[in-house]
Amino acid sequence: MIPAPFEYVRPTTVEEAVQAVAEGGEDVKVMAGGQSLIPVMRLRLAAPETIVDLGGIAELRGVREEGDHLVIGAMTTHAEVVTDPLIAQHARLIAEATETVADRQTRRRGTFGGALAHADPAGDLAAVALALDAEMVIAGPSGRRTVPAREFFVDYLTTSLEEGEILVEIRVPKLSGDWGVRYEKFNRVAQAWSIVAVAAAVRREDGHIAEARIGLTNMGPTPLRASATEAALAGAPATADAVASAARSAAEGTSPSSDLNAQADYREHLVQVLTRRAVTAAAGL
Amino acid sequence: MTVTEDAATTQVPGPEKEVGKARKRKEDARLITGRTTWTDNMVLPGMLHLSVVRSPVAHARITGVDVSAAKESPGVVTVLTGRDLAEEQGSIPCAWPVTPDMKNPGHPSIAVDRVNHVGEAVAVIVARSRTAAADAVELVDVDYDLLPPVLDMEEAVREGADLVHDDLGTNTSYHFVFDAGEAGTGGDTEQAFADADVVVSRRFVNQRLIPAFMEPRSVVVQPQGDNFTMWSATQIPHVLRVMLAMVTGIPEHKLRVVAPDVGGGFGGKLQVNPEEILALLIARRLGKPVKWTETRSESLMTAHHGRDQVQFIDVAADREGNVKGLRVRLLADMGAYLRLITPGVPALGAFMFPGIYKFPAYRFECDGVFTNKVPTDAYRGAGRPEATFAVERIMDELAVELGMDPLELRRRNWIQSQEFPFTTVAGLEYDSGDYDAATQQALDLLGYSELREEQRRRRESNDPVQLGIGFSTFTEMCGLAPSRVLGSLSYGAGGWESASIRMLPTGKVEVVTGSTPHGQGHETAWSQLVADSLGVPFEDVEVLHGDTAVAPRGMDTYGSRSLVVGGTAVIKAADKVVAKARKVAAHLLEASEDDLEFSGGKFSVRGTPGSGLSIQEIALAVFAAHDYPEDVEPTIDADATFDPVNFSFPHGTHVCAMEVDTDTGFVKIRKYACVDDVGTIVNPLIVEGQVHGGLAQGIAQALYEEAVYDADGNLTTGTFVDYLVPSAADLPHFDTGNTVHVAPGNPIGAKGVGEAGCIASTPAVVNAALDAVRHLGVSDIRMPLTPERVWRAIHQGGDGGDRATAGSNAYGGAQTETTAGVSTPQSALGGDR
Repeated sequence: MIPAPFEYVRPTTVEEAVQAVAEGGEDVKVMAGGQSLIPVMRLRLAAPETIVDLGGIAELRGVREEGDHLVIGAMTTHAEVVTDPLIAQHARLIAEATETVADRQTRRRGTFGGALAHADPAGDLAAVALALDAEMVIAGPSGRRTVPAREFFVDYLTTSLEEGEILVEIRVPKLSGDWGVRYEKFNRVAQAWSIVAVAAAVRREDGHIAEARIGLTNMGPTPLRASATEAALAGAPATADAVASAARSAAEGTSPSSDLNAQADYREHLVQVLTRRAVTAAAGL
Repeated sequence: MTVTEDAATTQVPGPEKEVGKARKRKEDARLITGRTTWTDNMVLPGMLHLSVVRSPVAHARITGVDVSAAKESPGVVTVLTGRDLAEEQGSIPCAWPVTPDMKNPGHPSIAVDRVNHVGEAVAVIVARSRTAAADAVELVDVDYDLLPPVLDMEEAVREGADLVHDDLGTNTSYHFVFDAGEAGTGGDTEQAFADADVVVSRRFVNQRLIPAFMEPRSVVVQPQGDNFTMWSATQIPHVLRVMLAMVTGIPEHKLRVVAPDVGGGFGGKLQVNPEEILALLIARRLGKPVKWTETRSESLMTAHHGRDQVQFIDVAADREGNVKGLRVRLLADMGAYLRLITPGVPALGAFMFPGIYKFPAYRFECDGVFTNKVPTDAYRGAGRPEATFAVERIMDELAVELGMDPLELRRRNWIQSQEFPFTTVAGLEYDSGDYDAATQQALDLLGYSELREEQRRRRESNDPVQLGIGFSTFTEMCGLAPSRVLGSLSYGAGGWESASIRMLPTGKVEVVTGSTPHGQGHETAWSQLVADSLGVPFEDVEVLHGDTAVAPRGMDTYGSRSLVVGGTAVIKAADKVVAKARKVAAHLLEASEDDLEFSGGKFSVRGTPGSGLSIQEIALAVFAAHDYPEDVEPTIDADATFDPVNFSFPHGTHVCAMEVDTDTGFVKIRKYACVDDVGTIVNPLIVEGQVHGGLAQGIAQALYEEAVYDADGNLTTGTFVDYLVPSAADLPHFDTGNTVHVAPGNPIGAKGVGEAGCIASTPAVVNAALDAVRHLGVSDIRMPLTPERVWRAIHQGGDGGDRATAGSNAYGGAQTETTAGVSTPQSALGGDR
């Protein structure tokens, strides 16, 4: 459990970090909280030449308001997210999901941006970012660009981050109106990754469900939206039957894998149950 | 914790007793902080570090090993292969040839021309630092000519199956039979089945488990002239010393083995490890101290595993629910080789399948089967959890068949309290107990009738969350072991234990025990025993252990034996100390020995108030030795060795209430109550801790843990991501209680508690889950009860079926540390991370 030798750089600004990545050689790896990268290095599944540790960049930490958006620094730790008052007020779904991430120790080190850039389909936060239509602010040698969550998650452990780029901020639209949220996670032991999880945000209006946003964790190589269920819920009466009926299409368009914890057909079943539960709770039913 | 019988109330008041006090463990501060002599903390001048290159394939001929690049790697001193060590490595010993014709292929510590399981050692790097050794591992190039892996026991015993060891001509190591009719302890089993009204037959799978002790294995060897000292994270320094001498030819008196503080074992460190042999051979060859400490990946992949039986069990009964016969046929997975007691584990279990029931007839057969997996061996309970699971599961199945309440069926057949001592159909003499009392108390703790009522309501309303209640009314054989019985079972050693008490001049006491702890709390419990026996303060007792130079005789710690056998040796040594001190006291007090009474650590002359000498003062007197009786030696130190005449038989009733979410298959323990009778309780806190830990492990077998191999023989569950060890967050509150029936076989009256929770809990949990969903047509679910299996059993029938063997995709699907070099950008890691 000893990693192969590597160079280590700890910049203090985003500019220095981008430069360090550019100078880091062919096999450079950006480290945020290190909660996934260090284990794979210790298992010698990864042997990067250079590690650029973002831990020293103060400007990447913290949450602020910008008009109708929250801006979350990529290096904000899970523990900070869980206790942040702005997130509690405007994006409670993120806090609820983050509370289920791993264990207390991991949440002290792991970061919001690191989890998104890692893009593990069993990770909890990507589906939440997708459900909330978050935007990723990316810094690179040619400046900054913004990518919507829908385009950010490309494949298994793969994002639209290009070589030399770093995820620096996540912009999350504030939820305005009568929104309820729920992160419904299914796993076998407390600190484990999700076997399947469902992130739901539901806006109610006049006894109806006006809008539902549903993100799915671990139902394919990337996080997914349960689009068919969302469509069925839009304008539907806020009743248990309507929710149950809409949840039955939650597996449409998914492509889950089979592993020790669940074979694909069982995941397809689980996602329907969990979607029903998440939406029911989010709708306050 | 409730004690139903309080022996103290019937005694005359005397000094406050240490035995029975919930003393906090005196060793815990150093164990918990790690500021102690864990083996890996050892640093010796000039010490070299070993890393082991391991086979990435399950079954192959080795056609070439190229170590040239590794030898050139910075810091590397040398690289050794199986060929380099073939002449001197001997074979890992197997101390338990359960049948005279048992086939043992021999177990090289390092593979020479064949590998038989993933993780088997093929080369050893010797380097100046641990990191240099680790870096060179991937530079060793091994060519393998693949052979078909043998992974499934039921296929392995078929005619024409591929063979693990082709020179043996079979995958069956042994066929062990115990037949009560032939042994004269029961009737004719075949006849009992022929005459029975009802026969219920089942096939149960006791899955493969990994002991997963907290401290990884570690060994340090220091050569000094022709002497060798080995520090090892082992449960068995004494056994290890003997075995090292036999395997390597180094004379026993030139070997010293030290087990410093050891961080758990659960049977997993009851072993002579290949790496211990290799470290000794390499230290001898190089004349330098060496250290090897395993990684967690190596630990899960190559330290021996436990359980792994396919159990065919039949029970015969009449319509009224009186059991008439029991028949058991096992396939027990040995893995690729026989280690220290690999074949003996299922054979030991043979005697426990009848459980607490009065079966008039019993036949047991077991085939030990080779597969291309890491060897199995002792794991908490070793043979007894497997037996308890099978009998407690089939009793529920019989109850269903007969339409009887499962508890009523048990009650009808179990041994009544007035029948002790009771000789079972397996020939064991159960010592004491009251199964009815323990059961009643457990039901009260659980709140049984309310939960049954809730179960009825949930069934009637077709609630998606169903409730079930499961029982396990168990006993186990502990206090391993009467040496003569071990001899009759062909075991290679005895089961006695040794102790010495050294009275220091200042009145302090050193207790030397041969029972080497690896986390059990011997230092605390032994201090309590000695404080009472000698009447000295608890704090004045120091317990020494684990070093063959300090504690030369011992049989170490396993099989819930330490207090029962080792503690008794301590008591007997203390009795001798008092007897020797009495002579000196009589001399100094100028009284007759018969006129002395010994109480509270003090000898006094009857009827002479104010007179007296403490045993601690006598210790000083014999140190000075100015004035002592003519006919004795000037010491009151004493040794004792205790060899039990019988096992001890803790028993108990465990009751689990289980919620099953029928929508998802998720199971959650609603309530767990257990009442254990472990005889006299020396330290209630330690007993409670042992029960809790045992419950966690037994529940883990039922719900969480399974060592899974894929079709190529790779261990899929090679990290704690996929080998699920539950934490406190996953386990319920435990409602525990005790009944106390003293064990008649030892002066303490203790029966042993180390394995009870682990043995008892597994069937209670599975029975509870089945009770919740049996009305939905489910009659069995394979362990562990993953949500998927439970869901499939409910909605698709069957026992939940096989799990997919792919690891979860965490860490890019990493199963374990790479055995074949750093991955490339195209590997499992995918793109940008």
